[in-house]
Amino acid sequence: MIDTSRSGLFLIGYRLYLAAFFVFLAAPLVAAGTFAFNDSLFPALPWQGFTLDWFFSDSEPKLGMFHDRRLLRGLYYSFVIASFVSLLSVFVGTCNAFLFVRGTFRGKNALYIVMVLPLVIPGVILGISILVLASTVANSIERATGIELSILRPGIALVVLGQFSFITTITSLVIIARLRKFDIAMEEAALNLGASRARVLATVTLPFLRPAMIAAGIVAFLVSFENFNTTLFLVGSEAPLTVTMYDRMVKVGSTPVLNAVSFVLMLGSGLLALVSIAVQRDKSTT
Amino acid sequence: MSSGRDIRRLSLILLFAPFTLWIVLLIALPHMGMIVLSLREKVAPRVYEYGLGNYIAFAQEPIYWNTLMRTGSMSLLVTVLALLIGFPVAYYIAKIAGHRTRGALFLIILIPLWVSDLIRAFGWILLLRETGVVSTLLQWSGLAGGPVEFLYTDATVVMGLVYTVILFMIVPLVSTLDGMDNAMIEAGYNLGGSGFTVLRRIIIPYAMPGIVSGCIVTFMLTAGSYLTPILLGGKNSSWFTEQIYDQFITRYNWESGAAFGFLLLAFTSLVVWIGLKLSGQTLASTVARS
Repeated sequence: MIDTSRSGLFLIGYRLYLAAFFVFLAAPLVAAGTFAFNDSLFPALPWQGFTLDWFFSDSEPKLGMFHDRRLLRGLYYSFVIASFVSLLSVFVGTCNAFLFVRGTFRGKNALYIVMVLPLVIPGVILGISILVLASTVANSIERATGIELSILRPGIALVVLGQFSFITTITSLVIIARLRKFDIAMEEAALNLGASRARVLATVTLPFLRPAMIAAGIVAFLVSFENFNTTLFLVGSEAPLTVTMYDRMVKVGSTPVLNAVSFVLMLGSGLLALVSIAVQRDKSTT
Repeated sequence: MSSGRDIRRLSLILLFAPFTLWIVLLIALPHMGMIVLSLREKVAPRVYEYGLGNYIAFAQEPIYWNTLMRTGSMSLLVTVLALLIGFPVAYYIAKIAGHRTRGALFLIILIPLWVSDLIRAFGWILLLRETGVVSTLLQWSGLAGGPVEFLYTDATVVMGLVYTVILFMIVPLVSTLDGMDNAMIEAGYNLGGSGFTVLRRIIIPYAMPGIVSGCIVTFMLTAGSYLTPILLGGKNSSWFTEQIYDQFITRYNWESGAAFGFLLLAFTSLVVWIGLKLSGQTLASTVARS
């Protein structure tokens, strides 16, 4: 703590600025969530009274989100995609962590930069470049053999690959940071006590990494769930939730059912974020 | 002894496999494919020729490069604003707040990160549109005679983008400022420096890697963003990613879309490179710093 202020007035002004900033951060989220409970056909003032219809009502015009087939399907696809992405990216992220923390090889720093790059490449470009490559390969295979590889056409597989391509950087960074804190003496002790390398990995190193792997998996899941830019170009007929919501916002116009979805999503990611914090907090005590 | 080294080499190769597959198949090859496609032109149905035609078409159509320049300059503006607005917040979290408030503030900062771009933009729409909350409140309070439309202006787009990316500015700033020894700041004051001098001569030079890192990520995210400009700026937002989408999906002109994609990547990389040169930093000392 430093007292840069030396004048109380300055500090008060500083705190007011911070408060204003937090209001700015919260405002759109509060607006998006609150109107889910407004008993009106439009997400706008005036307040018409409290209702849960936009969640649970089973009839038009106030079809609740839990009875809206298309939204539920979107939710399901998002869930499937996010699960695949987080499993894959945690696996590759863990391998990358061992590679960059333990490995000694030439050009390590340059390759480290290559590993970070996918995070700063615009998502739209990741989307189109993967779309172009997959279609080119699918077209040439079709021309050469007559076999149509539907897995390379826009659809869930491509969305998973597209999101995985940059989310792996995030999981790698999280797991690398944790592995750097590992005391190698612990492994040496286990080896000296006669444990095999595989056993040391399974009983000493991986348990140490587990909090970071879980946290990385949660982050990957959330980033995948909310991704739009990369997904937009790779999506087939199985549209995940963000794409479904966007379509509805642009084509149908917004009704409070979108607020209900927003509210549920915010609640879900808030809970997951808390879990990831709890898991990571654990590590300071071990 | 040599078998131990063999095992080491084998495990290194095994570890390299996923990394290589990921980078080659999902990053390197797709980008090369995009560049090759961008050099191809359709001269007749099913007949293609290689050349710079797509890039020439870009150069000859002022709408295209005006959009690119507009995207670039607005992204720079967003980056500068995010830095100016975010720096005091990051400084407070890293240096002024007590230990407990600090963790809490940092968490609050991260909350919007957990929420989709789409929902954030949706929230702004509900607040700012003609029938939105701000407009209604202004009418109730008598400050405005009729409905006020705040959407579809450049200022709204800039504000929405600052909102979307400012976390990526604050987080690296907090982590650099965190590593700074408070004694350095105190020494500056003890030597008679004013608050401004200490900021300019001690804090900012120290925080430079974090500042540059935050600026790079912020700039790239802004220039590559799609949802926020479209939803808050409407049809006239003229963001370059919109042109890419248009070429790819609406006109089904992949060749030209690929050229646009490469141009966006080249242009943003050029801006980042200039920024690194001007600030005397390297990619390794900023974004790749861990």
